[in-house]
Amino acid sequence: MAWRQWTPRQWWILGGYAVATAVLFAAPLFVSDFRLNLLAKFLAFAIVALGLDLIWGYTGILSLGHGIFFGLGAYAMAMYLKLEASGGKLPDFMSWSGLKELPLFWKLFEPFGAAVALGLLIPALLALGLGFFTFRNRIRGVYFTILTQALVIIVTTLLVGQQAFTGGTNGVTGYSTLLGYSLASPDTKRVLYWVTAAALLGVFLFCRFLTGSRFGKVLRAIRDGENRVRFIGYNPALYQTVIFTVSAGIAGLAGMLFVLHVGIISPSMLGIVPSIEMVLWVAIGGRGTLIGAALGAILMNWAKSEFSTAYPEGWLFFMGALFVIVVVFLPKGVAGLFQSPPPWLNPGKLLDRVRNGGSGTRGGPLLRLLRKKDNGKSIQSVRRQAE
Amino acid sequence: MKRKGLLSMWGLLMIAICLALAGCGGKGAEPASGGTATPGASTEAGGAGNTEGEIKVGILHSQSGTMAISEMSVIDSELMAIEEINAAGGVLGKKIVPVLEDGASDWPTFAEKARKLISEDKVATVFGGWTSASRKAMLPVFEELNGLLWYPVQYEGLESSPNIFYTGATTNQQIVPSVTWLLENRGKTFYLLGSDYVFPRTANLIIKEQLKAEGGELVGEEYTPLGHTDYSTIISKIKAADPDIVYNTLNGDSNVAFFKQLKDAGITAKDITTLSVSVAEEEIRGIGVSVLEGHLASWNYYQTTETPTNPAFVESYKAKYGADRVTADPIEAGYTAVYLWAAAVEKAGSTDVDKVKEAAKELEWEAPSGKVKIDGETQHIYKTVRIGEVQSDGQFKELWNSGEAVKPDPFLKNYDWATSIQP
Repeated sequence: MAWRQWTPRQWWILGGYAVATAVLFAAPLFVSDFRLNLLAKFLAFAIVALGLDLIWGYTGILSLGHGIFFGLGAYAMAMYLKLEASGGKLPDFMSWSGLKELPLFWKLFEPFGAAVALGLLIPALLALGLGFFTFRNRIRGVYFTILTQALVIIVTTLLVGQQAFTGGTNGVTGYSTLLGYSLASPDTKRVLYWVTAAALLGVFLFCRFLTGSRFGKVLRAIRDGENRVRFIGYNPALYQTVIFTVSAGIAGLAGMLFVLHVGIISPSMLGIVPSIEMVLWVAIGGRGTLIGAALGAILMNWAKSEFSTAYPEGWLFFMGALFVIVVVFLPKGVAGLFQSPPPWLNPGKLLDRVRNGGSGTRGGPLLRLLRKKDNGKSIQSVRRQAE
Repeated sequence: MKRKGLLSMWGLLMIAICLALAGCGGKGAEPASGGTATPGASTEAGGAGNTEGEIKVGILHSQSGTMAISEMSVIDSELMAIEEINAAGGVLGKKIVPVLEDGASDWPTFAEKARKLISEDKVATVFGGWTSASRKAMLPVFEELNGLLWYPVQYEGLESSPNIFYTGATTNQQIVPSVTWLLENRGKTFYLLGSDYVFPRTANLIIKEQLKAEGGELVGEEYTPLGHTDYSTIISKIKAADPDIVYNTLNGDSNVAFFKQLKDAGITAKDITTLSVSVAEEEIRGIGVSVLEGHLASWNYYQTTETPTNPAFVESYKAKYGADRVTADPIEAGYTAVYLWAAAVEKAGSTDVDKVKEAAKELEWEAPSGKVKIDGETQHIYKTVRIGEVQSDGQFKELWNSGEAVKPDPFLKNYDWATSIQP
């Protein structure tokens, strides 16, 4: 029995996850409908963050184009919802853009199952295509990142320009029902919240399984030394392409859930800025740790929402300050705090330092300040004086 | 090592300050969430929007991001209207307390904040939005929660939500009459230039149909991304096409670049008439009078508009926000929206959305832009169309107006040539 050998630390972690999961699923019982809607949106973002962490944190591929995969999933769901809301008629933006009948490719999104499948497949296939041609040709690092940015520009320009087919800058909005259930009813919302929470849990477990497997080890090896992996006999391109595809599919799933909660998707939500924001969530939360990425997305968006409500004029400064603080002081993100807490956050060590304050290079910042003030007198003398 | 320790101290301090501020904000936000902006507005109200002596209203514009520069002045005029109404005794004897939220030029944020204003703050109504995309994002929220939105900007029409009042112009109050006027007075060949988003594209679709029906000719059509600044290619194309009129639906910064480069290319208002629908007094300040002088615009209001109530409006706006500030069409429409809502609430004797909507039907008010009336059917307002020419002082001289307020027709039902656009 493996669990018999678990250390207390492992039990604590397991307990933490259990509590977090319980809170996640019980949230509808103690938050208002508005907050629940917000939380559901954040959970959708957390799913993208997990996908992004798979490629950035574990494989070392930085994609600044995940907004596109997220957006394509979102558009797939949005098209289904729009068709259902239009009830057989032409969606409103098509009629005022001069279209007379439904374009053929829209018909694909009419059945719910097909829309969901396409919402996963389209981003995955796009990533597969991009990954196949780039990784095979050993395009990596910053060059790959630039390519993903180019992809963002191509797709958003296409979406904006083809107003008759995509709704242009306004995007696709104005839904009414999902499978016949009204999206406005609190019950539907609660169910959708649970679906999102379950999806997050599922994706989390899937990612955990993936990163813990042999496959995951190869990914980390590619991150830390791609050439070595190649010389050992692995084909890094294959692994990179597969994980990039999986990651894009996860982003597509998140996009579909996002649309259900937010009720709108437009090109501005899958542009360069949102794509970079997604990377920031992972960076803030802690890349290379799944829980960090998910928490980063939830915390950052929660902070954004709260700050902007409390300070409609100045909230961006707070967000900026938060970024700077994390980047400067927590290079491993918030998750890094728990893995290896910096000395100034560890009360035991701090106390230890105070005790041994006078000795050489050791000593916390507080003490050094004290020492400076005291013109080099030792801590013991300060203490004696105090007594 | 030493440095790092000190840095850590700073980090802790910064985090502590941030948390403390956030905490205070959270607490301060309890009563009237967001920054309550009227001086002396009491914040002791509880959760409900309509409590003892207070009525909460939401103001939801972009205070950050690319749209902030335009939307901030609408916030100013809406706050001014609220202050004036409060000074005159409020609505139903109660004080109006504005709750400000930042839409951040981001459409889902508009939807999120709209939901928050209605369901958490329980505001009686919301004044907000600028871009069509922001309105489209908010619309389902207002319809779902039966809220009330007052939207103050001219737009592309083809919409009429039961939960939105549109105090800006729809196409038949701005674009359609201006095209007719141009055809009668300035020439027949049109070059359409716009930013690449829904308003210009839809507006140009309408213009193209109208040109076909009224004997005009289209010689070119171009779209540039929002924020585009290089117009040399397009100006060459314009030169080659040699139109009588450039119909300009560019938005924001692009106007600065376009008009400067147009002047550099040696084209003045005397050579080609340019009529813009997104350039008002505020934009003239930004673009510079020298390059805009003589060009035309179509709006429902200018700072120079001669109506009984306009001088007082301009004067109090300048007194409150500075002598260098100017009033413009959306600013006036935001101000009008607040007064129309207040009048409807007085008439209904309640802030209940359905009652206010009922009372607002055919409501009239002497706005700075002239007499306006709410059209009960479409919830748009009757507005006077005005075509103005930019003068050397940065103000407009009115060349033509429609004489009377034009009935709004967002779906262009009364225009035979518009059948392909009608839903």
